[in-house]
Amino acid sequence: MPHDHHDHDHLSPSGHPYRADQDTGLSYWQTMEIAVRELLIDKGVLTADQIARQITAMDERTPANGAAVVARYWTDPEFAAALLQDGRQAVSAMGFDLGPMHLIALPNTPDVHNMVVCTLCSCYPRNLLGLPPDWYKSRAYRARTVREPRKVLAEFGVTLPTTTHVRVHDSTADMRYIVLPNRPTGTMGWDVDQLAALVTRDSMIGTGLPKSVA
Amino acid sequence: MPTQLLAEPGTKVRVRNWTPPGHVRTPAYLRGAIGTIERVLGLFPNPEDLAYRHPGQSLSLYRVRFALSDLWPDATPGDTLDAEIYAHWLESADAP
Amino acid sequence: MGGTLAGPVPGDDHDFALWEKRVDALMVLCSGKGLFTVDGLRRVLEDMGPEAFASRTYYERWIAAICQNLIEAGAFTTAELAERMSDIEARGQTYADAASR
Repeated sequence: MPHDHHDHDHLSPSGHPYRADQDTGLSYWQTMEIAVRELLIDKGVLTADQIARQITAMDERTPANGAAVVARYWTDPEFAAALLQDGRQAVSAMGFDLGPMHLIALPNTPDVHNMVVCTLCSCYPRNLLGLPPDWYKSRAYRARTVREPRKVLAEFGVTLPTTTHVRVHDSTADMRYIVLPNRPTGTMGWDVDQLAALVTRDSMIGTGLPKSVA
Repeated sequence: MPTQLLAEPGTKVRVRNWTPPGHVRTPAYLRGAIGTIERVLGLFPNPEDLAYRHPGQSLSLYRVRFALSDLWPDATPGDTLDAEIYAHWLESADAP
Repeated sequence: MGGTLAGPVPGDDHDFALWEKRVDALMVLCSGKGLFTVDGLRRVLEDMGPEAFASRTYYERWIAAICQNLIEAGAFTTAELAERMSDIEARGQTYADAASR
């Protein structure tokens, strides 16, 4: 299956495999990046330190943030109600600042499976899930998810009965979305850390399900 | 500026079938489609202004839910699509 | 692009190179300073047309769009950019060499 990443020894902190070394020849666009960055620094618009700190902050945002939100949603009814009412405020109280973005949490139920796409660009809840994976930004995912979501889901290994309605959410404007997957059976009495370990990135985009309990 | 739709959840709306050049946030595949207001998200600056370095006019933003089978004939009945659409891109579904 | 036909969803997934992370950081920091908006970024990305989507990577398109917006914002001029890019190319053949000054 194309979306399995079992080889965790080769994953970066952000959950992606490391890319091959790119120091093999300077490209036009890399040259432009260096030039833009240096000009902004030289003109006092930004500092090198600000840029470095922004990259560190970005690297620290991983799907573990979203997983903590989902685990708490499963275990804390008061939080669950607050999350559905005002997603941004609820996750902000957990220390996940979304900046100006609003958050809509999409609860799955036995009858409803939610799935998120951005057909116009690549809107993604970065503060909860890190940077979007390549496939999320691909033409194929963006074009097909709004038209044939069940076929896309099948490619990710998720097959749903027709009695489960698929709700596709096109992230077209100012909202960001996180799917709240169904809590796996057999997890009664588990604490939030144990539960969070079951929550995969794809289950919060809607292209996957949480890990099941053996 | 065209009239901005004022609508409540449950109202049936049609996405305007415009095809202007330049930056808009209304996906082409939804233009002309009829859906139902799922929720009112509040006032947001118009991205069609912001994209051209103008202050964004404050517009109501709606989440509109469409039956997937209204968009694509071969869709599974019951499946839906939600999108955020700004008020000036919507008209009452009863309008001629 | 929503609703058009396309092949299978690609399964590849990679961590980002330093230069790509820097592009991302420039977007976040410059928009945070009000130099331009994400809408301005999207406008330029869309104006590139489908050919750019096929021939350039994600962050290649992004740096071009950031650069365009910064010129429009008056952060630097086209001539300053051209001069600096020329200087950088003279520094070396690899990103690492070109990025050290």
